[in-house]
Amino acid sequence: MTSRLSAIALNTFREAVRDRVLYNLILFALLLVASAPLFGQISIDIEHLVFVNVGLSSISLFGVIIAIFIGIGLVSKEIEKKTLYTILSRPVRRWEFIVGKYFGLMVTLVVNAALMTLGFYIALLVTSGKWTSADGRLLVPIYFAILEFLIMTAVTLLFSSFSTPIFSAIFAFAIFVIGTFGDDLRNFAGAAHGITKWFATATAYILPNFAPLNVIGQAAHNQPITGSLIVVNTLYALIYSAAVTAGSVLIFERRNLK
Amino acid sequence: MHAIEIQNLSKDYTVGFLRKQVRRALKALDLSVESGETFGFLGPNGAGKTTTLKLLMGLIFPSSGSAKILGQNYLDPEVKRRIGFLPEQPYFYDYLSAPELLDYYAQLSGVSPARRKQRIGALLERVGLGDVGRLQLRKFSKGMLQRVGIAQAIVHDPEVLFLDEPMTGLDPLGRYEVRELIQSLKDEGKTIFFSTHILSDAEALCDRVAIIHKGELRGVGVVNDLRSSVADKSEVIWQGAHALSAISSPPMEYHVTGDTVRATIASAGLDAFLENLRQQNARLVSVTPLQGTLEEYFLSKTTEHEAVRV
Repeated sequence: MTSRLSAIALNTFREAVRDRVLYNLILFALLLVASAPLFGQISIDIEHLVFVNVGLSSISLFGVIIAIFIGIGLVSKEIEKKTLYTILSRPVRRWEFIVGKYFGLMVTLVVNAALMTLGFYIALLVTSGKWTSADGRLLVPIYFAILEFLIMTAVTLLFSSFSTPIFSAIFAFAIFVIGTFGDDLRNFAGAAHGITKWFATATAYILPNFAPLNVIGQAAHNQPITGSLIVVNTLYALIYSAAVTAGSVLIFERRNLK
Repeated sequence: MHAIEIQNLSKDYTVGFLRKQVRRALKALDLSVESGETFGFLGPNGAGKTTTLKLLMGLIFPSSGSAKILGQNYLDPEVKRRIGFLPEQPYFYDYLSAPELLDYYAQLSGVSPARRKQRIGALLERVGLGDVGRLQLRKFSKGMLQRVGIAQAIVHDPEVLFLDEPMTGLDPLGRYEVRELIQSLKDEGKTIFFSTHILSDAEALCDRVAIIHKGELRGVGVVNDLRSSVADKSEVIWQGAHALSAISSPPMEYHVTGDTVRATIASAGLDAFLENLRQQNARLVSVTPLQGTLEEYFLSKTTEHEAVRV
């Protein structure tokens, strides 16, 4: 089982690399380097703040875009091109295929985020000219971005297991946008009445809530991020993505591959 | 021992959105294939050949019935270690090279790293791709891809092979090469179940064939027996060309060389014809039943309303 999962995950990662998906890293690095002189024009107090905000937001946004962009084709492309036929005619269980694909995309996203983080820290060092202990704490929002990728990959894979790439992309992006305003949706549900309250509450708890994962502002202002938030966010992302992946498996187990 | 046993296998699809209708793609198929046999699954396009293969591979689920491969339930993962599958017009991960693709598939089939290393090079040589190196599959021709397809189907040395239209879309040379490959696998004793609508391939390779049409099994048997079942003509050779003009029911066709006549006679009227010849004092040389063709049998089973004789 481990051998099959790792083989599928490795092949998914290899596809991303060979299809030049990671070329976005070059774009990211070029953008950061090109924009570095601009930060020097800004007053010394907010130069660091703006740079951290832009850098961390880019890491998060690029990762989510890649998760959606690759995720929508993870299953549907394999069905459309019939490559799945030669996989499932081997001793590969359907759930192994889904979970292997999930891990493969996560490896891609983590490698992507790690390389972007490296570029970000190098650019940070160049612009600020020094290294402080506060800079190390910026790893927390990057870790939270990876938790966000865990959830978005699972959500996109869920849509890919039964829908076309176009619809999967639309649904996944809509869920990302709604999830970004997850706290606002919960506040709205708390204030609403009647069927609206019921509907808003159900939506708020069924859809992912990305608001607690966005601590870029806090980190940029050097405000502390509590250990309990890290634990709660980690558990939330793991449980939510596991539940959604289980849903993908349930759908895919019953699907006729016409 | 049966390598493949299909029992009452059916597949229905629901079509339409508002007015849903059930379309039966496969009707209660019962079929068995002996171990070591090369079995041709013949039928026109849309007959249900690919549906049957997809069912056997677990890609779609049956509406009723089941199957056993090598004595075990066909969905058992252990069975899948012992079978190989080549889909129709296969497409492979085109960013991989042929050795990478085979290594991936072998790993999924549970082949050990040492065995993979030893087997993949030899296998590429065998299918005539020993010199492709690290070339990505996106640069392969259709014939090369088909050979990679066969290589992936046998990379784990399976006992039973399922090939869906293995010769379709290939040029004559490509077809010859693939046919030779299948022949060599047959010589190794593999059980081969292949679907095709190219009857000459089936005639050349198969021990037995089945004809499927509109999702229904129309006939199954040894190729020679099926040919004989549609053989309704005989060739008669005699000396005495004068007898031709005096025969009451003339032959379907004939050729006269000197005093020798070679004629084709419908088997139903053969006795009366021979009696005529005797009455005209013609000297009978030979009477040979003519072999029917697989095409005639195929057409007789797939043409509606009337039996066609070519």
